[in-house]
Amino acid sequence: MADRAQPLGPGVWVGVFAAATIPALILLTAAAVATSADVGRGLAPSDWAAIRFTVWQAFLSAVLSVALAVPVSRALARRRFRGRGVLVTLLGAPFLLPVIVAIFGLLAIFGRGGVLNAGLDLLGLPPVSIYGLHGVVLAHVFFNLPLATRLILQGWQDVPAERFRLAATLDMDASAVNRHLERPMLMRVLPGAFLVIFVICTTSFAVALTLGGGPRATTIELAIYQALRFEFDLSRAALLSVVQLAITGVAAFLALRYIHADGFGAGRDRIVQRWDARSRSLKVQDTVWIALAALFLLLPLVAAVVRGAPALTTLPASVWYATLRSLGVALASTAFVVAMTLLIATASVRLGTRGRLLETAALSAIAASPLVVGTGLFILIHPVADPARLALPVTALVNGFVTLPFALRAVLPALRMIEADYGRLADTLGLTGWARLRLLVLPRLRRPLGFAAGLAAALSMGDLGVIALFADPNSATLPMQVYRLMGAYRTNDAAGAALLLLIVSLVLFWIFDRGGRSDAHT
Amino acid sequence: MLTLERVSLTQDDFTLSADLSVAAGGIVAVIGPSGGGKSTFLSLIAGFDTPDEGRIVWEGRDLTGLPPGKRPVAMLFQDNNLFPHLSILSNVCLGAAPVARPSSDVQIRARAALARVGLDGLEDRKPGALSGGQQSRAALARVLLTDRPLVLMDEPFAALGPALRSEMLDLVAEILSDATVLMVTHDPDDALRIAERTIFVSDGNVSPPVPTRALFDEPPEALAQYLD
Repeated sequence: MADRAQPLGPGVWVGVFAAATIPALILLTAAAVATSADVGRGLAPSDWAAIRFTVWQAFLSAVLSVALAVPVSRALARRRFRGRGVLVTLLGAPFLLPVIVAIFGLLAIFGRGGVLNAGLDLLGLPPVSIYGLHGVVLAHVFFNLPLATRLILQGWQDVPAERFRLAATLDMDASAVNRHLERPMLMRVLPGAFLVIFVICTTSFAVALTLGGGPRATTIELAIYQALRFEFDLSRAALLSVVQLAITGVAAFLALRYIHADGFGAGRDRIVQRWDARSRSLKVQDTVWIALAALFLLLPLVAAVVRGAPALTTLPASVWYATLRSLGVALASTAFVVAMTLLIATASVRLGTRGRLLETAALSAIAASPLVVGTGLFILIHPVADPARLALPVTALVNGFVTLPFALRAVLPALRMIEADYGRLADTLGLTGWARLRLLVLPRLRRPLGFAAGLAAALSMGDLGVIALFADPNSATLPMQVYRLMGAYRTNDAAGAALLLLIVSLVLFWIFDRGGRSDAHT
Repeated sequence: MLTLERVSLTQDDFTLSADLSVAAGGIVAVIGPSGGGKSTFLSLIAGFDTPDEGRIVWEGRDLTGLPPGKRPVAMLFQDNNLFPHLSILSNVCLGAAPVARPSSDVQIRARAALARVGLDGLEDRKPGALSGGQQSRAALARVLLTDRPLVLMDEPFAALGPALRSEMLDLVAEILSDATVLMVTHDPDDALRIAERTIFVSDGNVSPPVPTRALFDEPPEALAQYLD
């Protein structure tokens, strides 16, 4: 549509500018950390330990998530049972789940006073500790097993049903189907799933903050945080940021072509009928895998709800204030994401093939570590203002940037479809600018836009990253407050606050997503 | 008078050339094989495509550089002629002015146009609640309200059955009698039914309009091949 005679309005240039701010912010903050980094001092032994730990835990987490996801997704792909749809939908939930809530749930099961250790104690066995490497990996598998399962399930469903029918007429058994159909698909899908999860695990600050620490389990991001908050060593934080930037940059560059929104969104879903998998032992095997995965994912959540419910009514006032601050941050971030998404998507579609460049610019945010962006902003703000006073706006902004690629991936294809179906009609009617947005785009874009807004709100509500760099007690958000209560061993209040956070996040997502669906037009 | 002065447009390995005039008034059929350039011909007049060379002139006014919405052109497409999320009335009102809140004057005119195409009482329905024939009528009502002298139709009734299509053609002939209508069709019977003149488009060449009856009585070779 680049050859259309319609002139490019000012909106297109605003959209181009909006898309450009994303790499600009990343480059600006990268430049800030690079110029502050005291390279001459070099990396201390503890820094090398942090680098090793970051890569090692991300590698282990990605390998385990993908390895476990293969049997689970195979079971889901070839079995139909009651509650299957709910389970597949739930696999998308950890993406929306505030990290601190999940960690609270994991602690309730695997932690010092958790269910697992109580059981070991009954058997007379010594307790296991969740802190350190295995805790970090456990939490990462909890978050990424569902993502890996969805990505691989997609691979299974992309195999045409006719191939399985052909296999059935050739009387192939399960191992022959595996050799001829499943293994080639897995070879194609697994590297991408591994890389995506590896990238995510190198930048998951909140998990390292709560379950890591100490000389043997500190990630680079955690070291940045400690350098900034406790040692106030700006140049060390900057140097570590450069290292982190290099690692995520390389990993994301490798992973970029594999990153799709599919694994995070609703996705399509169908069950392929399989004749090779009718044996009783395979049925039992699949049932066990599905049951184990469901238990692993649901038990921590149930524990978080059960522990939190009694404390909900007695929450201290500080928690409610933190909730209000978080709501403000989440709503500001959502407004930012919706506006930016609309501007960039509209400009991208109007520019036709050249518009792909805008999409790429926006996607670059996936490669950025929010904590490094935050560190850069801290370095830039620190000389002119007290970072704590800007904690909330900065958090809203960085959260928005991080969500933008996902929002864009949800909205852009829908907008392309609208323009393909109705663009010419709108052109002949002279529908441009605001009237086009109001009469054509917004009504038809409600669903994906509502989903994107819900995503932005929930992610921002639950974020425990940049805020940790900037916040003081007067500007704590709800996730920050949960973390503080946990650190102060006020477990009851922490449980109640975590449940409140879970409820608010899910309700926010539900309201926006629902708003896009209600009164849905044909 | 609509004139395409030595217009040519190349897209990939397809080139359309047109050098012809169409006298104002009446219905002109545009006929020819698929992929011959019928739709591109209409796209050039509507402004979705800009010619590489030549000018497009309507009543002495050069349209070549104008965006689609600024041309004296109303258009009916093969499908997607109505926005499915807006009521029939809102859809028709958009013909008068591309604004979110049409004036009461526009609404009165829209209701009158809907009555003229036989859709009174259905103003508040969404397009999805109407039959295919009713949707075509609603789109025609919008063309009436657009009130532009040149109307382009790209097989707008192709999805309708034969009886319904004849009915719609007669309606077009009746209510758009003041306009100049260029209508793409596959079916010679459609052309014979309402079009006094016919333009034959084939292999990227647009021939000047000739009287329909005479054309089909003694078709040139390319047309004869297409008709067989």
